[in-house]
Amino acid sequence: MKYKLTKKQKKMLIRIIVSAALLAVFMPLAHLIELPWWVELILFTVPYIIAGYDVLKAAAVNILHGRIFDEKFLMMVATLGAFGTGEYPEASFVMLFYQVGELFQSIAVGRSRKSIAKLMDIRPDYAVVIRDGHEDKVSPDEVAVGETIIIRPGEKIPLDGVITEGSSSVNTAALTGESAPVDLGLSDTVISGTLNLTGVIKVKTTSEFGQSTVSKILELVENASDKKAKVENFITKFAKWYTPAVVIAAVLLAVIPPVVTGIGNWDVWKVWLIRACVFLVVSCPCALVVSVPLSFFGGIGGASKRGILIKGAGYMEVLSKIDTVVFDKTGTLTKGVFAVEDIHASNIEKPELLDIAAACESFSSHPVAQSIVRAHEGHIDKTRISDVEEIAGKGIKAVLDGQTYYVGNGQLMDLCGAKWHDCHLTGTIIHIARDTDEEAEYLGHIVINDEIKEDSASAIKELKSLGVKELIMLTGDKAKVAQSVAEKIGLTGHHAELLPADKVAKVEELLEKSGAKLAFVGDGINDAPVLMRADVGIAMGAMGSDAAIESADVVLMDDKPSKIAEAVRIARKTMRIVWENIIFALAVKVIILVLGAVGIANMWLAVFGDVGVLIIAILNAVRCMRVKKG
Amino acid sequence: MKKTFELEDLDCANCAMKMQEAIEKIPGVVSCSVNFMTQKMTLEADDAEFDKILKQAVKAIAKVEPDCTVIC
Repeated sequence: MKYKLTKKQKKMLIRIIVSAALLAVFMPLAHLIELPWWVELILFTVPYIIAGYDVLKAAAVNILHGRIFDEKFLMMVATLGAFGTGEYPEASFVMLFYQVGELFQSIAVGRSRKSIAKLMDIRPDYAVVIRDGHEDKVSPDEVAVGETIIIRPGEKIPLDGVITEGSSSVNTAALTGESAPVDLGLSDTVISGTLNLTGVIKVKTTSEFGQSTVSKILELVENASDKKAKVENFITKFAKWYTPAVVIAAVLLAVIPPVVTGIGNWDVWKVWLIRACVFLVVSCPCALVVSVPLSFFGGIGGASKRGILIKGAGYMEVLSKIDTVVFDKTGTLTKGVFAVEDIHASNIEKPELLDIAAACESFSSHPVAQSIVRAHEGHIDKTRISDVEEIAGKGIKAVLDGQTYYVGNGQLMDLCGAKWHDCHLTGTIIHIARDTDEEAEYLGHIVINDEIKEDSASAIKELKSLGVKELIMLTGDKAKVAQSVAEKIGLTGHHAELLPADKVAKVEELLEKSGAKLAFVGDGINDAPVLMRADVGIAMGAMGSDAAIESADVVLMDDKPSKIAEAVRIARKTMRIVWENIIFALAVKVIILVLGAVGIANMWLAVFGDVGVLIIAILNAVRCMRVKKG
Repeated sequence: MKKTFELEDLDCANCAMKMQEAIEKIPGVVSCSVNFMTQKMTLEADDAEFDKILKQAVKAIAKVEPDCTVIC
């Protein structure tokens, strides 16, 4: 990506180039020709001033304000000290490199900021609303709930709503990271922030702009980096004592040894003054103070590119340490939609059995009944059916083509006297019997289950390979169903027949038992208390669900469980980079301090300890933003 | 009242930290966060004195980094 330098950065760049060019000429010159000391001093002062006049000015202002532990002040003292001890080229170079580091930092931060801003470029600029038959182009926040907006191909969908006319493909990549378009038609829900690709659609809005999905997401992302991680707080505290400690050490180093060994000898003073200057140059904690938040910022940005919104660096930290994941069943591991799994017919053809069941159930709005009707692909002629009688808690009795049928559970079969048998499969079993003169004739049964999501099993496998030890499912469903799902996808445990309150209790129990970090994954509907209780609450399928966005710590825009493993991977990578930088920066600085104290490290090494480490740490931190397309 | 302002030319993370600390000490400030990465300051303060406090906050920022300006 191309990045345009700001005016300030351009100016700095020119100063650095000029200063570097001058030094490139003066350095060999000073080596080749024996110049009087004052000529050398003047020669090296010129590039020094060009590169660092603003540092000197800022340092002077800081002295007036009584702030002496400012990095600019320290840089001034160190370089002036180098001048004072006759190390003119070193003084100039230290200032030049310091400025290179500052410029580099400014560009790196600006770049990542920009690329993340671009990532979050989902804010719709306008909405075309239909008022009194006219199309009006207005700002999205001027559209009221219930108005009709029109969206043409290539336009961003400005508000959440329901399609009232037309159909189209919609690209949700900006929100979910998934590039496959979704086909939407009449009465389907559209989500603000997604992109209309193919058709013109008219949409009746269901929320104001301030309450829309896109606003919620933007708010979340913008506030994300305010919630600090423990490491960040540690660095903040560390920076507070590191600089003063090093400065005090530098002062002691400059004063005590000469006083002890040769108070009247300028050469002794000079040696120790140079060593003290080395201390001052590495006294800036910049590499840490910049790279740690930059890493988290990049990690959060990279994750949101994949439709994973992490509400703060703190959660990133916890997410990386997760070793227990607790899942809600319905809507999380399963689709939350009933579907016919199998048809077991006795003395009848399967399609015929389904036809009878679907016809009888076609008057019911029960989700199970609906799933049978959906499985029946043909047209159901409702005139064939009469005398539909719902037997509460048992099923339906209806007359179809002049024959009476019973469609329902085992109790209904007992009632009509059919010789029925249970199924070896788990799930909801719907039995069908035909009324005859004597006892009812048993025709078979249909097995209905909440379908397991395609990637549930692979998500569990992946989490296991990431070292997550406990994978537990909580559900209000029957024990048999829970066990079957748990076995199919390879969970380590499950608890069934739980009320919502029981789920909180179970999670608390697990929190106590494990002592490790626990993540709870739910769909955000009526599991808000559990989401809040867990170390990390992960809500999925957040497109359009406000409750989920608000109560969770990590929000998955789509409803794929495999995104959980991806989130953990991103969090771990970010944390690894953060710690790499902390350890690397501290190690280098400590080594240089020690070597400097005994006189092995010179100014050049000190500059590397400051600027070199800063640049390496920033380059490493920028890696956090890069996320592999899964 | 809670308001967010953009900061221009906020150039060092250390400075952002110092600004935040300085602003938090201003009487009447409920909370303040200076975010180096997003270059934004969120200031929460008493409604009645908000403008006065904001002026003080702007001064505090200029004291830490003279180049940095608050876009109101």
